Amino acid sequence: MTTLINAKQLTRYYGKQCAVNNVSFELKKGQIIGFLGVNGAGKTTTLQMLCGNLAPSSGAIHINGFDMQTQAKLAKRSLGYVPDTPPLYKELSVNEFLRYCAQLHGVPKADITTAVTLAETRCGLTDVADRLIANLSKGYQQRIGIAQAIVHNPDVIILDEPTVGLDPLQIIEIRHLIRELGQEHGVIFSTHILSEVEELCTDVLIIRQGACVLSARIEELPAEKSLEAIFIELMQTPLAEDL
Amino acid sequence: MHLILIIAAREFKTLFLSPLAWTILAILQFILAFLFLTQVENFTMLQPQLATMDNAPSLTDITVTPLFGNAGIILLLVTPLLTMRLICEERRHKTLTLLLSAPLSNAEIIIGKYLGSVGLLALIVGLITLMPLSLLIGGSLDFGKLFANLLALLLLVSAFASIGLFMSCVASHPTVAAMGAFGGLFVLWILDWSAGLADKHSELLAYLSILRHFQNIQSGLINTADISYFFLFISLFLLLSIRRLDKERL
Repeated sequence: MTTLINAKQLTRYYGKQCAVNNVSFELKKGQIIGFLGVNGAGKTTTLQMLCGNLAPSSGAIHINGFDMQTQAKLAKRSLGYVPDTPPLYKELSVNEFLRYCAQLHGVPKADITTAVTLAETRCGLTDVADRLIANLSKGYQQRIGIAQAIVHNPDVIILDEPTVGLDPLQIIEIRHLIRELGQEHGVIFSTHILSEVEELCTDVLIIRQGACVLSARIEELPAEKSLEAIFIELMQTPLAEDL
Repeated sequence: MHLILIIAAREFKTLFLSPLAWTILAILQFILAFLFLTQVENFTMLQPQLATMDNAPSLTDITVTPLFGNAGIILLLVTPLLTMRLICEERRHKTLTLLLSAPLSNAEIIIGKYLGSVGLLALIVGLITLMPLSLLIGGSLDFGKLFANLLALLLLVSAFASIGLFMSCVASHPTVAAMGAFGGLFVLWILDWSAGLADKHSELLAYLSILRHFQNIQSGLINTADISYFFLFISLFLLLSIRRLDKERL
């Protein structure tokens, strides 16, 4: 299987504070990685580094074989990113916005309409395609955020807490979408909902205070313990430096 | 290049989605039309005297040059308002992520945004140029001078926009960006004033003054030194903006 993301020894400092410490992992095609950690553990920082929004203090990221530092443009071409706050131009209509995103990601002119329609259908936006984003509810805005990330059919999709603030039905829809995307793409998403990871993901990555404490396939986890039990155990084990 | 134009077109259209661009266009047009009318009145009053003078100032000198001069001053106040949102607001609304994670270089983002706002300013300058052209109905114009004025004003507003864009990259709030750009421009505008005092004359300050270069071109003396001043000015602030955006990742 092709390796889509190869992150090696990522470290990121904000001033003197170390937000991410030596995190390494791989994402292959067909994998869905659930990225877990308590608030402030460094999840968003890691995802921002993967998308080239932040430069790692040390370490390297390869997306589809392209280095994020030296071949950023090629690397970003295979990337779709949904940040925790969806980046939306609220004065535009859904259609206009998605067309703009497709253009920015270099979708050929002839394919733009098809790409936008497909993204709208997949995210359930067909009914609101002509409405202004500002007038839509948070759930719709979240879906536009996801549509924006898949409109150019990228190999890697990175989502930062995609199900926050959605109603139960929408959560189910989004999970369904992520599962579907995971079949042809590589997906990594951060979340606080452990059952979501158990249900959706092929792999799980847990970080604590910036360091990776667990990276495993879901089926390799001990069957007698729930993910929740494992997570709590990991969070309560004293760190080496505290001892 | 293609991507730069996409960003520029988006920026230009976005300006017209808010009332800001329309309001600015309407108010500017009204004020400048009023000032222009005063100049035309002036000319009709002076005409008998002008007829008796050797080397008398022409219609173009009396109406066009002051019109473009006034437009320069008013645009000094207006441009910071147009450019303040460019990067600053994207950062505040967290939409900058969209551009940063798309396959774009920072130079493309900055130049695209810049061209978008210069597009609106060029439209304003174009509308201003229509006023003296209306004089052609009953008079004749010195097209060389009109062109010099047009060029001078275009270069001037492009320089204004570059400093406004830079301030928008630096500032965390649009008002701060507008204030910073306005302050910077105003200082550059008045630098030349001290040069007028005989004992405090400074060649450097006189060279840096944006007003002097503007007036040189406006007078019809299109010279490489003045044009390069504007190009250097614009490139410097665009480069600083790109550097500032690069720093965002670190």
